[in-house]
Amino acid sequence: MQVTMTVNGEEVTREIEGRLLLVHFLRDHLGLTGTHWGCDTSNCGACAVWLDDEPVKSCTVLAAMAGGHDVRTVEDLEHEGELDPIQLGFMACHGLQCGFCTSGMLMTARALLDRDPQPTEDTIREAISGQICRCTGYASIVRSVQWAAQYEREVQGG
Amino acid sequence: MVESVETAVALPGGFDALGHQVLRLPELEGFEHNDQHPVGYGRMLRKEDPRFVRGLGRYCDDIQLTGMLHLAILRSPHAHARIVHIDASAAMAHPKVKAVVTGADLAAHKLAWMPTLSHDVQAVLATDKVRFQGQEVAFVVAEDHYAARDALELIDVEYERLPAVVDARRALDADAPVIRDDLTGADGCPRSDNRCFDWETGDAAATAAAFARADVVVSQDMTYPRVHPAPLETCGAVADYDRVAGKLTLWCTSQAPHAHRTMYALLTGLPEHKIRIVSPDVGGGFGNKVPIYPGYVCALVGSQITGRPVKWMEDRTENLISTAFARDYHMRGEIAATRDGKILAIRTNVLADHGAFNGVAAPSKFPAGFFGVFTGSYDLDAAHAAMTAVYTNKAPGGVAYACSFRITEAVYLVERLVDCLSAELGIDPVELRLRNFIRPDQFPYESKTGWVYDSGEYERALRLALSIAGYDELRAEQAERRARGELMGIGVSFFTEAVGAGPRKLMDIGGLGMADTCELRIHPTGKATVRVSVQTQGQGHETTFAQIIAAEIGIPPADIDVVHGDTDATPFGLGTYGSRSTPVSGAAAALVARKVRDKAQLLAAEMLEASVADLEWRTDAAGLGGFGVRGDTRNVVSIQDVARFAYGTSDLPDGMEGGLDGQLCYNPENLTYPFGAYICVVDVDPGTAVVKVRRFIAVDDCGPRINEMIVEGQVHRGLTDGVGMALMELIAFDEHGTCLGGSLMDYLIPTAKEVPSWETGFTVTPSPHHPIGAKGIGESATVGSPPAIVNAVVDALAPYGVRHADMPLTPSRVWEAMHGRGTPAA
Repeated sequence: MQVTMTVNGEEVTREIEGRLLLVHFLRDHLGLTGTHWGCDTSNCGACAVWLDDEPVKSCTVLAAMAGGHDVRTVEDLEHEGELDPIQLGFMACHGLQCGFCTSGMLMTARALLDRDPQPTEDTIREAISGQICRCTGYASIVRSVQWAAQYEREVQGG
Repeated sequence: MVESVETAVALPGGFDALGHQVLRLPELEGFEHNDQHPVGYGRMLRKEDPRFVRGLGRYCDDIQLTGMLHLAILRSPHAHARIVHIDASAAMAHPKVKAVVTGADLAAHKLAWMPTLSHDVQAVLATDKVRFQGQEVAFVVAEDHYAARDALELIDVEYERLPAVVDARRALDADAPVIRDDLTGADGCPRSDNRCFDWETGDAAATAAAFARADVVVSQDMTYPRVHPAPLETCGAVADYDRVAGKLTLWCTSQAPHAHRTMYALLTGLPEHKIRIVSPDVGGGFGNKVPIYPGYVCALVGSQITGRPVKWMEDRTENLISTAFARDYHMRGEIAATRDGKILAIRTNVLADHGAFNGVAAPSKFPAGFFGVFTGSYDLDAAHAAMTAVYTNKAPGGVAYACSFRITEAVYLVERLVDCLSAELGIDPVELRLRNFIRPDQFPYESKTGWVYDSGEYERALRLALSIAGYDELRAEQAERRARGELMGIGVSFFTEAVGAGPRKLMDIGGLGMADTCELRIHPTGKATVRVSVQTQGQGHETTFAQIIAAEIGIPPADIDVVHGDTDATPFGLGTYGSRSTPVSGAAAALVARKVRDKAQLLAAEMLEASVADLEWRTDAAGLGGFGVRGDTRNVVSIQDVARFAYGTSDLPDGMEGGLDGQLCYNPENLTYPFGAYICVVDVDPGTAVVKVRRFIAVDDCGPRINEMIVEGQVHRGLTDGVGMALMELIAFDEHGTCLGGSLMDYLIPTAKEVPSWETGFTVTPSPHHPIGAKGIGESATVGSPPAIVNAVVDALAPYGVRHADMPLTPSRVWEAMHGRGTPAA
């Protein structure tokens, strides 16, 4: 079957099998390997991307279901050579180690900051609770998101 | 408030992120610890992060090669069964299938079995029978991943089921089915039981004598259950065999690429110089990626027979049910003491479940890993351990999950026993530990099982933890809450680790001595490349090793590139596990930098027309280094000046070669012994038996910290492991040997909701034999935290008379313990 969707602002059309998962479509058909695959069961969230501005787990979405929709991946966070504050925050606060969960964490955290520019620690923990990180113990991810929030308020004048 | 108000794109200073962006992040109020020191010890931001935050890491599954095929593995649905017949014809007929390979096919090329890292063998593909659920039976190579999976369904395997040995405690029963009938005993006949090995350490007679004179003896049975490292990236490989050059390139998720290369050479007969192992970005290892798995061998065979690159990536279920598990020790511990709380001796009997093949990745002379340090941080009169290891119809493995070669089990044993003794004697667990610590003046301290602890100041670390926790106030609060019927628990653990294996004469992997090499090249413009034998799975080696070299040779970390993970590009070494990167390769890096600096000094003497003995090494406030003449502050040559001179056209001192580089292999004279004091506060809901970790205080001492931010991150990771193992994680099996923990819906790993905000502290006790005093931190918290959590839960349940309950302390386990059905005393 043929599917057409917008990925990171660009319209793409591909011939695919109906059973193809969105995560494999992004990685194998479009070469966007920043989105990772980690569990098959929607538990780990390494595959989180945006579908029409909402984070979804792309291992549990058929590529066909994304037809006609907007998909945004980690590769789209950097804008004209400028990193998104959430990317800076993860670097500043050691919000990542092996980097495998990072793409999904960044996409979820970006969505959180878009709807809540001043999240509390509990709000952040709740927002990322559908995702697993095996390296950081989460505290530094919480700080990374707080750093980004503060940066957007104080440096960018948010 | 914000100190600098640059935009993200043009932040001044700092390091070069991707070769085009120079980045220095503004310091925000409340985040001051993220200051970036340009050189030396400090919380420098990580050099690897700019690619990871952009999604530009390159993991094994990201590798795409022209003409690449995909491999999928058919696995056994049974724990124990004879293979009667395999019919692969329908799979072969699938239009997208290029090859189907069974054990019989591999046997024809003597590849059906491979050596493990523990002098055992493991089936690559089963030939005679399957010995655990999930064992590899056949593989398919197809044009795409989905087709390969489809074709697995078309392979027809007829099994004759056999009774399975699931409970290790029944493995040596006379009527237990023999799992390893492929092995022969000393008499040359097929093995008649499931014994894997017997092992003991310490002095049984002296220990019995100490027990005989003790006022108090406490015994406790405890199980350290089977768990799994479950790195977020599963295991996988891309094999590319170039039949013209006769060269195999294998990208794979390996923590030990050089050791793997040697193993593949011995296994396949390919010459070692024609094998290149590349461990690209690796999404977490934790010991899961130390062994060689059948899938890697299948991938290289698949590439050889198809003449095309072949990718194999296991799925999560395959990872959980077939790759290296951890722990699975059934321990009976006994502790003997005087009435006033002087511990005299500890002894233990251990039944170790090794699964179907002995796949333990531990030094040959240490079949039980470093479990021998079970005497912990205490000065005892005697100790003894006896162990029997058995085969069962479960996945192989045993040493994994940040265990420091079984020190997790050892520390859990001794720290639970000390708490049991504390309850028996009515002495506060902190006070009991303080009375028995090895004192600072006793180091180097040889334990009763022969381990020489290098340095320690245990009381200082414990007192810091007590002060951060507010221990006395917590006890007062606990008393108040207990009076109200609330269940609050405070758990203490104190651990000493032994990390940084070798020395090489004592420790090896598969006969390869544990020593690691580092190569340093200073280029003509004064930039540097350092090549290390260890490999990073997230620990930040590209940053840490640059900082080690920077501190020694006065070149900024931004000007130092760290190369790792590629056997064609790095010198030989044993790899990253057992917290050995900093203790071993970190030492090699510091020493090779000093060696290169010594040569630079000879060159600088020529440049300054001074005698070598008159020169001194100087660094400025930013850490930049050079040589000057003693007493003369004006004449200085920087290390960059020396580099230019070394590669230039000037005459060099007589007999000296041009260039400025060096290589050094570091053979550690001893392990290093990091330690720490952990305090956990839990609340148990009396109605639901749910355990909530309210606070966790961790004070670690790993000697000097090279990058404090990275060290703290390592601690946070291990503490989260601890919460997982103590409260949630379990690889369980039903009576048929079916794995009940084969997905992340069943194998529960902590999320941000299950863990608290960690409270950390550090003391610094350098290792006397390490060139920069560093000790290793990668596994400390995984080792030290589970007993603190269990001790806290047991403490919370004291009103119910509970003395012990086995991990994981799920609500049902806690509820059973509250109602008298916990693990009884031995």
